[in-house]
This record gives sequence, C-alpha cells and structure tokens, in this order.
Amino acid sequence: MRKVIALILAGGHGRRLGVLTEKIAKPAVPFGGKYRLIDFTLSNCVNSGIYNIGVLTQYRPHILNNHIGIGKPWDLDRKKGGVTILPPFLGGMGGWYKGTADAVFQNMEFVDRFNPDFVVILSGDHVYAMDYNDMVDFHISNGAEATIACIEVSITEASRFGIIVSDPSSKIVEFQEKPSKPKSSLASLGIYVFNWKFLKEYLERDGKDKTSNHDFGHDVIPKMLKDGRNLYSYRFSGYWRDVGTIKSYWESNIELTKPVPPLNLYDANWRFYTQTEEMSPAYCDPNAVVISSIISEGCEISGGVENSVIFQGVKVGNGCVIRNSIVMTNSVIEDNSTIENAIIAENVFISKNVKIGVGENAPNQLDSNVYAGDITVVGMEAKIPQGTVVGKNCVIGIGVNESDFESLEIPSGSFVLHKE
Amino acid sequence: MLSVKIPMEGFFLRILGLILAGGKSDKLGALVSKRTSAAVPVFGKYRAIDFTLSNMVNAGINKVGVLTQYNPRSLMDHLGSGKEWDLDRKNGGLFLLQPYLSKHDEYWYRGTADAIYQNMTLLRRGEESHVLIGSGDHIYKIDFTRVFDFHISTRADITLLVKKMDSSYDLSQYGIVELSGTRIVSIEEKPQKPKSNIAFLGIYFLRKQLLMELLYSFVPSGEHDLLNIIISNLNKLNIQAFVFDGYWRNIKKGITEYLRINMDILNKQIRKELFYNYGKIYTKLKDFPPPKIGLNARVVNSVVSDGCIVNGKVENSVLFRGAVVKAGSTVRRSLIMQESTIEEGALVENAILDKEVIVRQQMKLVGENLPSVVEKRTVL
Repeated sequence: MRKVIALILAGGHGRRLGVLTEKIAKPAVPFGGKYRLIDFTLSNCVNSGIYNIGVLTQYRPHILNNHIGIGKPWDLDRKKGGVTILPPFLGGMGGWYKGTADAVFQNMEFVDRFNPDFVVILSGDHVYAMDYNDMVDFHISNGAEATIACIEVSITEASRFGIIVSDPSSKIVEFQEKPSKPKSSLASLGIYVFNWKFLKEYLERDGKDKTSNHDFGHDVIPKMLKDGRNLYSYRFSGYWRDVGTIKSYWESNIELTKPVPPLNLYDANWRFYTQTEEMSPAYCDPNAVVISSIISEGCEISGGVENSVIFQGVKVGNGCVIRNSIVMTNSVIEDNSTIENAIIAENVFISKNVKIGVGENAPNQLDSNVYAGDITVVGMEAKIPQGTVVGKNCVIGIGVNESDFESLEIPSGSFVLHKE
Repeated sequence: MLSVKIPMEGFFLRILGLILAGGKSDKLGALVSKRTSAAVPVFGKYRAIDFTLSNMVNAGINKVGVLTQYNPRSLMDHLGSGKEWDLDRKNGGLFLLQPYLSKHDEYWYRGTADAIYQNMTLLRRGEESHVLIGSGDHIYKIDFTRVFDFHISTRADITLLVKKMDSSYDLSQYGIVELSGTRIVSIEEKPQKPKSNIAFLGIYFLRKQLLMELLYSFVPSGEHDLLNIIISNLNKLNIQAFVFDGYWRNIKKGITEYLRINMDILNKQIRKELFYNYGKIYTKLKDFPPPKIGLNARVVNSVVSDGCIVNGKVENSVLFRGAVVKAGSTVRRSLIMQESTIEEGALVENAILDKEVIVRQQMKLVGENLPSVVEKRTVL
C-alpha cells in the first residue's frame, strides 16, 4: 500500500484579482455559485482517496481557515490523518514562508510524521477535476523521482507559465519558468508528485542556498534537472483553469452557464464538496425571467437574470436586469437596477435605479493591469446609493458607502475607495 | 413528587427532546408506502422531521430521541448519525429508538405513552431535568426557549402547545382544548362538535420526573396514549397552554393538503418565518451543484433546488434536489421530487412525483380533482 500525502499551497495573495483578494486569500475566493476555489483541490484529493492533507496558509487566512474547519464537508474529520492547516510558525527553521519550496521545507516535520512514500504538491487556487491516483501511477511506472502535471497551451500564452520541454518518453529535459522565448507549449500546472526522500534532500539543499528564491518552478525543479534526476511530465487534457486574473475569473464562472459547460459539476462519481450556510432552495417569483444562469440556495429573484452566476442568499428586485455578471453571497440588488459585465462581491448592497457597466470602455486609473477586460468590480460590503451610474472597468472598493461617492456618475475606468 | 427548586426565567435547563416519528399514515398514499410520514420530503430539500429536530437543536437541546416504528429505513438514512444537526456528539446526541424484543415483552409500540415507556432507560439515565415531546410530522418554526420560560413562569406541571385554528384546518381532526386564562380545563379528542377553535399541537413540555411517574402509573394498567393520561389528570395537575401563533401544519392530513403545504413555500412571509427566523432548518446535505436554468427555460413563482437543470417551463411548482425539466416540457402546480426527470415535450400538472420518476417525451400527466401521485422510480 503506497502512502501518499498532499500539501496544498494556499498562502498566495492573488494580487491580480484586485479587491476580490484584498481581504481574503485567493483559495478562499468564491466560485460557481456555492464553492470557494480550494474546494476543487480538496475534493479532488478525497475523490482520489488521499485523506492526509496539509493546507499551507499565510496571506489573510481567516475566512479560509473557517471554511476548511475540521474538514467535515470533505469527510476529512478523521481519527487518522484528515486535514491540517499549516500556518507559518516561529522556532527552529520557522518564519514567514519565503516561497513555495520554503513553505514545504518548513513543514518537513509534519510530513515526516506520516512517513509517506510520495508527496503530492498542489495549488489551492485552480479549478479542475483530476484523479491524482492516475498521476501517481504514472510516476511509479516511470520510476520517476518527480512528476510534473502539464497541459498544452497556445505558444503565444506560453510565456505566462512554467514551460516543460520533454523527450518522447515524457522525460523532462528542460524547465523554463515564465520564458520570454518558450521552447514548447507544455505548461506546468503547479501539480507535482515527488518521492518524499528525494524531495527532502533537495529542500534541505535549497534551504541552505542563500541565493535561492525558494520556489519550486524557479529554483528547485531546475536544480533537479541540472543534476540529471528522473523528472517526468504528466499530460493532463481535462478541464483546468487558473483563475488568476479578473478576466479569467469572470470567464470561467460565466462558462458554467453554457448549455454544456466544460466543467461538469454534476458528475455523481466526482462531486465537489463545500462548506455552505444552510439556506432554503432558490425562489423565482411571478415576474422573474431567469435564463442561462446559475442561481443558488436562498436566492429570491424578482427581476431578469441572464448569463450570470448568482450565489447563495442573493436578492434581485423587481425590474432589475443582471447580465453577464457574478453576484456573490448575500448581496442585495434593489428594484430597477441594471448590472452588466460586473463582479459583485459578498454582502454588497445596491440601491434602486443603479446602473453598472454602461458606456464606453476606458483603461482603469487605479491599476490597468489588474482591472481590465470591460469588467466592473464591486468589493465586499460596499453600498451603492440610489441612482448611481457606474461605467465599465470601474472599481468600487471594499466597504464603500454613500459618503464615499463624490458624484453619482462614475465614468468608465474610474474608481471609488472607502475613506477611513 | 420531588421538591425541586424552581429555576427563574432564563435559567439553564437540561432538556431531553423526544420526537414521535413512528406513525403510519393512511392519507398520504404512495408517498408513505415505503417511508414513515416524518420522512416525507417537503419544500425542495427537507423531510418533515427536519423542522421539529432543528427547532429542538436551535433551542439548545443536544440530546434527542427519535421514536420510530413504521418503515423507518428512509428516516434512518436521512438522520444518519445526526451530523447535520450537530447531534453527532459524545455528550447527548441522537438516539434512534425502535421497538425491540426483550426477555419479558415483545410488543410493538401501542401508543405514544407506551413508546416512551418502553424506552424508559433513556429517561432514567442522563442529567436532564425536563422533557420536550414533539412529533416528526409537523411543519413549524418556533423559539422553544419561549415555551421553557412560559412553563417556569406559570409554574406549570405540564405545558401543551396550542394554536387558534382558522377555517383552513379541520377541527374535527384535532384535540380541542378549553382554556381558563392560560390553564387548560378540558381536552376533547377529535370532537364532532368542537367547543372552541383552539387545538392541541401534539407538543408537550414537562419535568422528566413527572413524565416517568405518569408513565409508571398508567401504562402498565393499559393506557397507552399520552394525551389520555394527561386528560385524566387535568384536575390534579397545573396544565398550561402555550398559544403558538406562527405557521403550523401537519403533513399527514391528506394528499391535497400535502400539496398545499408544499406550495406554502412560494409565499414570501412563510418562507421567511420557516427558514430564517430563530435559527435555520437543517437537513441532510447532498452536495449537488447550484441549479442551472437554461436558455429557453421559464421559471415562474417556483422553487428550484440544488442540482436541478431546468430547460422547460415551470410554474407554481416545487422542484426538489436534482430534478431535471427538459426543453419543451411544462410543469404546473406540481412537486417534482429528487432526481425525477421530465423529458422533452411532456406536461405535468397538479401532480406529485416521488423520487426518481421519469416522465417520458410527450407524456401528459394531469391530476384532475386530486393531485396525481406517482410512486418512486416509476417510468411514465
């Protein structure tokens, strides 16, 4: 019987998600009506029969910790193993996690207690369905010391990823981290299987290396290759999304409303589990017009909803139109408001006759790298006063209230932030 | 009787919850052919027993005994270890109490009092001072702590919950009580000519010691019904009525009534009262994804549960978890239970489809006077 432990890296900030990750870690970002990003990786683990899981947290972990709890929804509340949250600590080799490899390095004692044969390193912020057993089988049958899962991407996108160059037997010959001139179109998914003893040796060496960034893709993997170790690439061809940007986050949510979405949430043999608040089923009233959308428990829909993902407990008033948008848990949209191409975070209050996502597109003045692609983002707990007109590519910050609005016209590309 | 220092209002009481869930119902037809009425599905994702159980848990009760007898498999499956109600505990927790064979007796439960009497061990053990007895068939949301305070402040021996019934209830189906102030002076079971419109709701609250005394005194001599025992002690004990004025329905009064109760979830006030006042209603989780409503769907005045996929027309209906309504089909004034499928072009009207029913393409199923009831796993 092989012993496998999974470590989920969940400490990332996810800066490119702007206000969505200002107060919560990226793996805790809500997704698909009732989930949070980490649910997909956690569910993949338990569906693959991996019940020993460490979740490495660092950035803003409260909501994430609360969500995972003792792992009840994933059947991870167990006597042996289960889920363990691994925050940074002091003493010994402790301290802030300086990089992905350092985070694992600092928790070697935790892994050693299980004395596993294999360690699966995962990211807590990707959306996909994958049986890790197949990958571990592949790892074993190749006699590999490390196996990296990868996916085919277009060569124009390749420079955003860690790129793998492998020979016909899938043995990796070169690894380029975010190369300007990619030599292949096989991108690393940040999913690794390592022989634990082998990984430990390299982590200890990396820990002593003062010049290292302590990152798997940047430092550890290239070092292993340099030493001519047995690294293999495992091709994955299923659905996989890194929802790292506002645009890709929005797209992969809206994708779920298609007649046959690329991600099957309905597969009875591969369920995704999550922790949610108990609410009654969704209600559409006599005036509701809901098409091509996902609506969740606790919703009360009176207006129109089209191509949108509506999370739990959302109220949509009479005469509203919600189009191509994401509205998160417990937000309220009052009568006759129109919302297009927007992401509305949790507990937002949008008063009557508000328009969001109107006018011509314009680059965002707060951060045009983060807020791009015609999508207006409203941060959690914001209150938008009656009659406000918000353009495209705008940002309404977390906790904004009526007094923060100098004008009720928010032109495309501008922003409103809460003044403390 | 023991001299117990009477605690003041808001005092911490240790309470044992008992839920009577063994009843056989003749009025729900195919819906109860394979399950007891407490396990009948309601409101898209719940079972009838969820309401009483959640009310108890929300009032801080952490030890609950469920008395089962008639076809309990579905109920047991639903309750499991009590996880969803936080009753999977070392202290207290959920106890499923079935009739059993023993060295001396081998009886089915012969009535409510007998059922509790046969499980006297649960009463004898444990630190509880009081017992709250409810039924698994009732749909209501209550803050039971108000009942506890009422019981203490009126120095009641027994508190019974009652409700002033309007014309939508058939009074001849209930125990009708007469009050003097808040004290109950008479109780008449299912009277032909009711003396008042105040009906007993089948919910009892009393000290454990008193319950044990009453059971030991009356059950061995052949009285198996708890209400009858109380009636015969009306003059000797201070029996108080707590008047409940919220939504309250009994699920097993008939198919038409059952459909109507389910339709009540389409009413905003009732939805708010049942699901969002005084804590939540908990139920077994199924981990379905949120419902998906398609391009040509039309969902009007209806409830849609997790796991549903709707591409047809749905009006004035309740879709339970995992129900599928395919393109070109129509569902009106119906209940479509878990994982039932309405195929292309079919019409379902005034009907109750139990779980995993398939209505094939172009089929028409229309209930005339009474709603059509389709048994579990039927293919039409």
